[in-house]
Amino acid sequence: MNLTVVNLAYLAAAILFILGIKGLSKPKTAVRGNMLSALGMLVAVVVTLFDRSIVSFEYIIAGVLIGSIIGGLMAVKVRMTSMPQMVAILNGFGGGASLAIALAEYYAKTHTSVTELMTASPFGVGALGVIAVVAISLTVLIGAVTLTGSFVAFAKLQELMKKDYGLPGGPIGNGLLLLVGLVAAVALCIDPTNATLIIVIVVVGLLLGLFLVLPIGGADMPVVIALLNSYSGIAAAFAGFILGNTVLIVAGSLVGTSGLILTKIMCVAMNRSLANVLFGKMAGSGEIISADEVYGGKVKSAGAEEVAMMLGTARRVVIVPGFGMAMAQAQHAVRELADVLEAHGCEVEYAIHPVAGRMPGHMNVLLAEAEVPYDKLVEMERINPTFEDTDVAIVIGANDVTNPMAREDKGSPIYGMPILNVDKAKTVIVIKRSLSPGFSGLPNPLFAMDHTYMVYGDGKKAVIDITAHLDLS
Amino acid sequence: MDMNTLVMLLALFVLSLFLGVEMITKVPPTLHTPLMSGTNAISGITLVGALLAAGSDSSSTAVNNILGFVAVVLATLNVVGGYLVTNRMLAMFKRK
Repeated sequence: MNLTVVNLAYLAAAILFILGIKGLSKPKTAVRGNMLSALGMLVAVVVTLFDRSIVSFEYIIAGVLIGSIIGGLMAVKVRMTSMPQMVAILNGFGGGASLAIALAEYYAKTHTSVTELMTASPFGVGALGVIAVVAISLTVLIGAVTLTGSFVAFAKLQELMKKDYGLPGGPIGNGLLLLVGLVAAVALCIDPTNATLIIVIVVVGLLLGLFLVLPIGGADMPVVIALLNSYSGIAAAFAGFILGNTVLIVAGSLVGTSGLILTKIMCVAMNRSLANVLFGKMAGSGEIISADEVYGGKVKSAGAEEVAMMLGTARRVVIVPGFGMAMAQAQHAVRELADVLEAHGCEVEYAIHPVAGRMPGHMNVLLAEAEVPYDKLVEMERINPTFEDTDVAIVIGANDVTNPMAREDKGSPIYGMPILNVDKAKTVIVIKRSLSPGFSGLPNPLFAMDHTYMVYGDGKKAVIDITAHLDLS
Repeated sequence: MDMNTLVMLLALFVLSLFLGVEMITKVPPTLHTPLMSGTNAISGITLVGALLAAGSDSSSTAVNNILGFVAVVLATLNVVGGYLVTNRMLAMFKRK
C-alpha cells in the first residue's frame, strides 16, 4: 500500500485514540470512548498488514491467535477484586513486546548483509546512527524493567510473594546497576555491532525491574502500578522512534503521561515523594506511640444488633471502604445494607480515598460491580466537610486513610497525609478483623475514641448480619 | 530516516505529551482504574511494530521472526485483554 495512505491511516488511528481517552472523562461517554480507541487499534493493525515488507504471515497468524485467546479468556474470567493484578500483568506484556521489537530491530539491522556492513554502519552514519542506537538501548532497558517489574507486582498483588526483599545496597545497588546499563548503551553507540553489549542491557533491565519492585509493599502498589503503566507507554513511544512510526509515538506518549499523572496523584494522596515510595521505607521519626498506649482499655466493641439500632435512627450514613472490603468480597453485601438504609429514608454516600485499595480507582470499580451508582461515590475533598453532619460513618477494611494522627500528631510518620475525617462523624462503626495496624504499622487513635464502636470479624459476614437485624427492626 | 524526519517525530512526541497532560487531568478519580487498563490497551500499539518484525523476509533472519512472534503474542494479549476488561468495567459504570 502507498506510504501516504498508510501514514494517513496512522493519523486516523491516533485521532481515534485521542477521542477514546477524551471519552473517559465522563462515565456516560466512557464505553463509547473505549470502543473508539479499539477501532483505532484495528485501523492501525489492518493497515500495517498491507505493508510491503510483510511477506510471511505464519508467525503473525499464530501469534495473534495465541494472544487473542489467552487475553480474551483473562479479560472475561478475572474478578473485579483482582483488577490490580490484571493491569499489572498486562503492563508487563506491553513492556515485553517493546523489548522484543527492539531486539528484533537490532538483529535485523546487524544481520542485513555483509556488503552493507562494510560500506557503512548498519544504523546509519553520524548523529543519526547514534540516535538509532540510543533509541534501541532505551527501549530495551525500559521494556525489560517493565516486564520483570510488572511480574513482581503481579506476584505481590496475587499474594504469591508475601515478603518484601531488598537488594543489598538498596538504592545504591540499583543506581550501580543502572550505571552499568548506561555505560553499556554508550559503548553500544561506539561499537553498534557488538551484540554482547545489548545482552548486557537486557540483563541489567530485567534485574533492575526485579530489584525496584521487590522491596515495595502492598499499600504502595497503586504508585508502582501507575508508574509501570507509564513505563509501558514510554517504551512504546521509544519503539516508535526506532521504527519511525508516528502512531506508536503518539499512543505511547499519551499512555506515558497518563501513568505519570496517576503516579503523581497517588504520591500526593500519601504525602510522600516518588523517591520515598520507590527507595525509602516509611521513616519512623519521633517517638512512636505504642498500640497499648493508644488502645489500652478504651476500645469498645459492638454486636450486629447494636449497630443495627444505631443505624435505624440515622439520617445520613457514610460508608468508607478500604482494601479489606475487596479482600472480604463484601461489596455486594455493602450495597444491600445501603439499599435497606435508603428504604428507611436514610441518605447514604461512599467516601473514596485516592489510595484506598491496591490501584487508582480500585474501590470505584468494586462498588460499580455491586451496582452502586457512581454519583454516590464521593471524593475525599468533597466528602470531608460533610462528616460533621453525618450520623454514622461505617469504616469497612480501611485503616491508615482514616488515622487522625495524620492530621494532628506532628511527630507521626504519616503526618500531613490527607485523610478522610471519619472521626468527625457523630458515631463511627469500624468493621475489622482485629486491632492489627495497617500498612504504616501505626495504631489508629480513631478506634479508641468515645464515639467509635468496633465490629470484629469478616467484613462480608458482619455487614450481612447488620443488614439482617436492620430488616427486623 | 533523515534528520528532518527525526525532528518531526520529536515534535510529535512533545506535542502528544502536552495533549496527554491536558486530557488525563480531566478524567475523574472514579474512572482511574478503567483509565489505566484502557491506556494500557493503547500501549499495545506496539503490535504494529511486532507485525512488521514477525512478517519480514525470513530467509536470512529467522531470529528476527521469532522475536517478532514473541512480540506479536505479548502485544495481542495486551490489546485484546486490555480492551475487553476495560469494556467490562465501563459497562458496570454505565448502568444506573
